[in-house]
Parts: sequence; structure tokens; C-alpha cells
Amino acid sequence: MSSVRVLVGTKKGAFILTADGKRRDWKVDGPFFAGWEMYHLKGSPVDPNRIYASQTSGWFGQVIQRSDDGGKTWSTPDGAAVPVPGEMPSGGASNRFAYEGEVGTHKFYDGTQHPWEFKRIWHLEPSLTDPDTVWAGAEDAALFKTTDGGRTWKELPGLRGAKGHLWQPGAGGMGLHTIVLDPTDAQRLYVAISAAGAFRTDDGGATWKPINRGLKSMWELPDPDAEVGHCVHRIAMHPSRPGVLFMQKHWDVLRTDNAGEEWREVSGNLPSDFGFPIDVHAHEPETIYVVPIKSDSEHFPPDGKLRVYRSRTGGNEWEALTRGLPQEHCYVNVLRDAMAVDTMDPCGVYFGTTGGQVYGSADGGDTWMTLTRDLPGVLSVEVQTLP
Amino acid sequence: MIRVVLPYHLRTLARVPGEVVLDIPSPVTVGAVLDALETRHPALRGTIRDHGTLKRRPFIRFFACREDLSLDSPETVLPDAVVSGTEPFLVVGAMAGG
Repeated sequence: MSSVRVLVGTKKGAFILTADGKRRDWKVDGPFFAGWEMYHLKGSPVDPNRIYASQTSGWFGQVIQRSDDGGKTWSTPDGAAVPVPGEMPSGGASNRFAYEGEVGTHKFYDGTQHPWEFKRIWHLEPSLTDPDTVWAGAEDAALFKTTDGGRTWKELPGLRGAKGHLWQPGAGGMGLHTIVLDPTDAQRLYVAISAAGAFRTDDGGATWKPINRGLKSMWELPDPDAEVGHCVHRIAMHPSRPGVLFMQKHWDVLRTDNAGEEWREVSGNLPSDFGFPIDVHAHEPETIYVVPIKSDSEHFPPDGKLRVYRSRTGGNEWEALTRGLPQEHCYVNVLRDAMAVDTMDPCGVYFGTTGGQVYGSADGGDTWMTLTRDLPGVLSVEVQTLP
Repeated sequence: MIRVVLPYHLRTLARVPGEVVLDIPSPVTVGAVLDALETRHPALRGTIRDHGTLKRRPFIRFFACREDLSLDSPETVLPDAVVSGTEPFLVVGAMAGG
């Protein structure tokens, strides 16, 4: 019988939640890396026991961790905890993220130019075909890649060439938070950056183009239709239709049907089109999920009711999913990387909150249960469907 | 014999239960201690000082013999009491909390 493993990154450690295919009874393991900010954990699609994690701290910087046994044990890929007698210790390079070439500058909060400074890894995206290959999204925004299981990382600097001098941090920092891999074309990747927008490469990451036509940022940018500078919060794709992308922007929910060449708004009847995560049902490519948040000034659900909204029509027509979710006095947020779907049938949907709850649905969102509560604020949620 | 005391999170990361003891040839400087520490425990590279510039991370401090050595040059020779192992070299995370 299949089972699921939910990887939860929080502000004070990581947790791993497991259940059998019924997804009713959950076991919670953790905290792993207690006390550290765990921005993101994600498993390899080709080797589910291979999991990468971004461990970070305002004091001690960035550490990459890797597990080869499904999260039971972890190590830094290039930093043996106990040196082998007679062997030179390795170099600790797995923690090193160095920008390539001339570092350059981007636009700062006050509009002046500011040098790129590495702060942390927001998102790790393992390859669809090779467990040793992973892309990493950084703050300050840049894309890094490892091909040796996380031992060393190299920047793909062409991305910052896509008008990087005009990128500007959002309130949460200038992070590359979304990496979407095209399963039909290994040369095509999409990334999204706050606040720069969405970008696409068709040559494996050497060159990039902004794909923000159709995005409108009336209150955030002097030119609402600017080529770059939009505060994209998240992009999602169904693997069967890699040219169709869904976006939750700072304000507005949008879709593209031509790989980002043109976007159109599909916010429809949402109570608020501000929000952070967006995801696609595993088996229904036109069924999408968002969690509306009241506004950019009030990061909590409208009316104190935690509601996931589902559209079965690829946007525009939305229904509130409330069964099992708090419908009064709820003032949590759901961050951009804190929603995921499993590939079971029916599809499972999961999300975590800044209040430390992790909710799950084993029926595509019709009903929800609390998998665990009172964790530290949840930064990320990923799920693995295991054989 | 140089005794190095790490903050909790770095002890956990390096998987050391207590002090780290290092043998370092003279002259024993701040930089030499950090070099030896990172050679012994590569997972600590980048957590105390920047990978490239080797500049101390902003929220890390170095104490020894009741003195704050954080702003001293990496070439600063450590006090005799640290070199002899009588006193430890402290790597400290800046205070946080209320």
C-alpha cells in the first residue's frame, strides 16, 4: 500500500509527517535541526529517500543538508562530521554559494543600486531524472545548481543578466522562491523572484527572458506593465501540460497557456486575490488551489476564516473549501512554499500556517483534518507519495 | 592544546558534545584557530566567517580571557592562557531575545 511523507520546514526546525495511504493517522517526527530556520526540504522524484534541506540562521548562515534514508539521518554533503583517519577532510563547499563573475548591483528598497549579497537558500528543486542534480533559489535572487549531490554549487549567472539591475527586494527579501521544471523539455525551466517577476530559460539556464507580459502592478510599480519588477509569489504547473502555468501574484491570480508569453487574470470571484501559495491537483490539470489573504497590509484570511479556494475551471470560478478548517478567529498566514499535493487517488492537498498548524485533505480539498498543530511557524510543505 | 568552545547550534552541526581540542603550531592566532577548526569540522565552513572573504559573520563574537577579540586582526596572537589550554577560546553567537 502506498504511503505519504510530508516534509515540513519551520522557523525552528524540520518535521516529517508520515501516514499510510488512507492518510488518517499521522506520525510526527522531529524536530530535525532544532532551532534553525528550515526554509525548504524536498525529495528527489527519482529517489524518494534522497532529500535535500536548506538550513539557515541569521547567526551562522547557510547550511545544506542531505538525507539518503528518507529523513532518518542527515549530513552536510561536503562536510564529514567525523573526519576519516588518514584522509584529508573535505572542504565544506556544500555551504558555499558564490555569485559568478562581476557581482553587480540590483535596485535596493530606496531605489539606489546595491551589491548582490548572498543570504540564504529559499527553495531546492531536485531534478526529475538525476538524484544528484538540484537547483537552488537564493536570496539575493540567483539560481544555483549542483550536479554532485549537493557537494558543490555553481551559479547560473545568465539569470541575473535578465535586467537584474532593475530587480528590487520585496518586504520579505529578494528571494528566488519558485523553480518549475518542464518534464518534457530538460532545457526549459521557469523561476519566479520577489520582486522581479517570472523568467524562463530554453537553454538549460544559460540565458533567460522575463515572462511578465499581462501582469499588472498598479500599486507596486510606477509602470504597472513593466517588463520586470512584479512581485510574483508563486507559480505552479501540472506536469501533463507544461505550457500552462498558474500564478499567485502579490495581488491577482493569473494563468498562461503559452509558457509565459502572455498572462491573463483569473481571480474571478475570490474574496481577495492577494495570497501566497498556488498549486494544481495531481490528476486534474484545470483544478487549482489558492489561500486568499486579506491584503498586503493584513496577512491573514478575510473575516478570520481559513478557507482554501478551489477552481475546477482553471480559474475565474472559485469555491470555498472550509470543512475541517477554522472558520472564526483565525489570523494565520500561509506562505508561498507551504502548500503541496500528493499523487494518490483521490489527490491529497496539504498546507502549513504561520501559526504552526499543518492541515491535510485526502479528498482533493472537500474535507480537511489537522495533521499536527503548535509547531513553529511553517515556512514550507512538500509531500512525497511513496510506493 | 587549544580549547575551543562553540555555541550550541555549531556544536550540533559539527556533532561535538563539548569543547573542541586542537593542536596548533605557534604562533597561535585567531585565524589559525579558525583554520584548524574548519579543517577538523568542514561543516562549520561559512558558519563562523564568510567562505570567500574569511570575514567574521556579523552576529559572531570571539572571546578569550574576559576580552572581546572580535575586532582584532586574524593575525592577532592569542593570550598565553589560551595557548596553554588554561583558558578556552570562545566562539559566541550574539545575544538574542528579550
